[in-house]
Amino acid sequence: MSSAHTLQRFKRDGRVVIVGASLAGLRAAEALRGEGFTGSLTMIGDELGEPYDRPPLSKQVLTGWVPAGGTTLPRRCDIDAEWLLGVPADGLDLAADQVRLADGRRIPFDRMLIATGVRARPWPVEEEAALDGVFVVRTREDADGLQRAIAAGPSRVLIIGAGFTGSEIASVCRERGLPVTVAELGPAPLVGGLGAMIGEVAADMQRAHGVDLRCGVRVTRLEGDAHGRLRRAHFSDGGTVDAEVAVVALGGIRNTEWLRDSGLAVGVWGVACDAGCRAFDLNGLVTDDIFVAGDVARSPNPVYEYRFISLEHWANAVEQAEIAAHNMVSTQADRWPHLSIPAFWSIQFGVNIKSVGVPTYADEVVVAQGSVSDRRFVAAYGYQGRVTAAVSFNNAKWLDHYRRLIETAAPFPPPCPTPDQPVDAKPVPVDFPGPTLLAQGATVVVTGHDPGGRRVTAVRQGR
Amino acid sequence: MTTTETPDTLRRILDHSSRADPYPLYAELRRTPVALQEDGSYVISTYRELTGILHDPRLSSDVRNLSRPMAAVEGRATPSFINLDPPEHDRLRRLAMRHFGPPHTPGLVTGLEPDLAAVVGGLIDGFADQERIDVVDDFAYPFPVTVICRLLGVPREDEPRFHVWVNAIIESIDYDPGTDPPEKLDNGVQATKDLREYLGGLLEGRHGRPGDDLLTRLANDDGPDGRMTDEEIISTANLLLIAGHETTVNLIANGVLTLLRHPEVLNRLRGEPDLVVPLVEELLRYEPPVHIIPWRAAYSDITVGDTVIPKGSQIMLMLASGSRDPDRFEDPDRFTPDRRDNQHLGFGSGIHLCFGGPLARLETQIALTELVRRLERPGLVVDPPPYRPSPVLRGPLHLYVEQG
Repeated sequence: MSSAHTLQRFKRDGRVVIVGASLAGLRAAEALRGEGFTGSLTMIGDELGEPYDRPPLSKQVLTGWVPAGGTTLPRRCDIDAEWLLGVPADGLDLAADQVRLADGRRIPFDRMLIATGVRARPWPVEEEAALDGVFVVRTREDADGLQRAIAAGPSRVLIIGAGFTGSEIASVCRERGLPVTVAELGPAPLVGGLGAMIGEVAADMQRAHGVDLRCGVRVTRLEGDAHGRLRRAHFSDGGTVDAEVAVVALGGIRNTEWLRDSGLAVGVWGVACDAGCRAFDLNGLVTDDIFVAGDVARSPNPVYEYRFISLEHWANAVEQAEIAAHNMVSTQADRWPHLSIPAFWSIQFGVNIKSVGVPTYADEVVVAQGSVSDRRFVAAYGYQGRVTAAVSFNNAKWLDHYRRLIETAAPFPPPCPTPDQPVDAKPVPVDFPGPTLLAQGATVVVTGHDPGGRRVTAVRQGR
Repeated sequence: MTTTETPDTLRRILDHSSRADPYPLYAELRRTPVALQEDGSYVISTYRELTGILHDPRLSSDVRNLSRPMAAVEGRATPSFINLDPPEHDRLRRLAMRHFGPPHTPGLVTGLEPDLAAVVGGLIDGFADQERIDVVDDFAYPFPVTVICRLLGVPREDEPRFHVWVNAIIESIDYDPGTDPPEKLDNGVQATKDLREYLGGLLEGRHGRPGDDLLTRLANDDGPDGRMTDEEIISTANLLLIAGHETTVNLIANGVLTLLRHPEVLNRLRGEPDLVVPLVEELLRYEPPVHIIPWRAAYSDITVGDTVIPKGSQIMLMLASGSRDPDRFEDPDRFTPDRRDNQHLGFGSGIHLCFGGPLARLETQIALTELVRRLERPGLVVDPPPYRPSPVLRGPLHLYVEQG
């Protein structure tokens, strides 16, 4: 039987299982139907309820603009799926082509998509994490709880971790007039994602908006009162702060534990896959029927010298979902690679921050346009003399230009003057903190040799 | 590859005899995406190259960056933000946007809808029973002029005065020292002075007076960027007054012409008024009011494709050609009212993206829907119609329509 014929049959009555019912899972399901897949479609998700959008959770939901329940993702078509919600997947049997659920059910498939994403890294001490007033922000329930805690007007909010989520929440709290302390282990906010120079800008921004910003400190203990309510936090420098609400914003953990014994190439950075979203097995061989998309995927990008990159970006989830869906129902010759340049945005302290490329893939950074003191500028990032990323503060309309510079491996620093080039524009070392910190805050992780020295070392057993 | 093989194509485009259908010439031009002209200027005509350079921070909108000084069209006045680069452009545009759009003035444009419908209705009432109308003089021109006058706070009855000045300014935009009489430029310079003086007179009485029109708000309201100087307010008002109607008149007239040439689309619109939204987008691609951005400057050397455009060069952007580029748009010479993925260049792109785009869209949507609804069996009297002189802001001079 020809492979084209097999594929036609699969498209007509094959079985697809999607594990992960969030943005990537839903968009993949829609794309599969859009591509003419008429077989059975099963959506597995550990949360109850319809797929929802997460970016508003640290923004519009916390301001009270949008209720947490109002972020349901729009449906672009009827996906006619069987929904298995509220039960997490617990294992994958590659030999039998079955997904195992936590309640013991086994769901057979012909092709399967892993889109299990990331969960919030919890506060490491369980009894402290359980105190009233201690939050993480990942799910709708998290955001709803935090929104209510903020609306109650606490005397102070402590935010642990000044990555994008932590900084956005600090901004919302200041907007609502709440006293805020931000504790960051690194030297500055956003430093894990954008480096030391932009980190300083972010630190100035926070202080200018009245945030009590403490960098280079670790929160050593969260102290509760007799009723189990958060009262105080203790810092590694001996300081303390009294707060009724603490937000643990220490980044995410990729939901891959359920795949540990599956035989797939799974690690802390996610499930490794090729540029067409096909998963690799433990031996680095590409599978035919297992696909990966979204935050949990870790895939090579030729623009970044084929390094494996894990991204927690909204657009990446959508793009990979569509590529994976297409490739699931296409012949070898028709498959698409996912080669787009990453992009993300954030809004905090009245500043619109946007980025193209992979800022962590850089050794130098330069303010290419605008003025840092006005907080309107574009910073370009370079690695070994070529442009690899750019970040704009209130200046997003220029980023298409930098995207082209990245795509064409243009020389760094971008050579030609512009009317708004700062007079003293000099590249400086980008200076990212080490891998331990990065694991907690960055929304992009480049794995492999350099930059940043996040190396893999082969350790042989018994030596 | 730099070539000089098509200098005459541009000449032919600028020639008035090509005005009715410049599109075959654009196709010819696109064979050389970046074409060096005999006078040292560069013409860019393909979609990819146009969007690339429109987002390139080395492309300057400030003619003072040209190595060969431009004939003084603006009469050495403070330039408006359309002719400035960041950071000055950004500051002035922000100050103007404060009173025109979100986040500080959301809903201004959509809130105008009843007013716009009333103006359109009144104009159509005026000619509904006439056998023959001129869509330009009776409709496409008076409508946006009335709207922009109200918005700015310019007395509508002064229109005959500034009409003359605006015409002279428009004529001088594409001034060519090689072929045009110097009077064309002199008239433009004088008209600019006259118009500025007129607007300055209006502004004088606005300080310290509350009011809702843009002139008054610009004169009184402070934001985080402070306030515009009087010179800056005059430049901004000057820009908005001219751009606020000289482009929309062409968009509406081109729209009526296009619908009359595509009766099946016209009939569809009658029964399906919501079609007007994508239809106007397609119009902006297919028959846009702004065809060319003639005066941009290379702030430093810019590489486009394989061509290095040297610092100080004049760059002409053939927007209407880019919007008909077959490498970007499927079947580009076909008018497809519900075209998808229609990222046309009708309003430009990048930081100078048309300030008044949302207003122009709404005006044209209302104008076309209402006209189609109320005119019974309209027919073109002359096709092609006579065209206005400008190849830059292209549109019919008159558009006679008979009702059968």
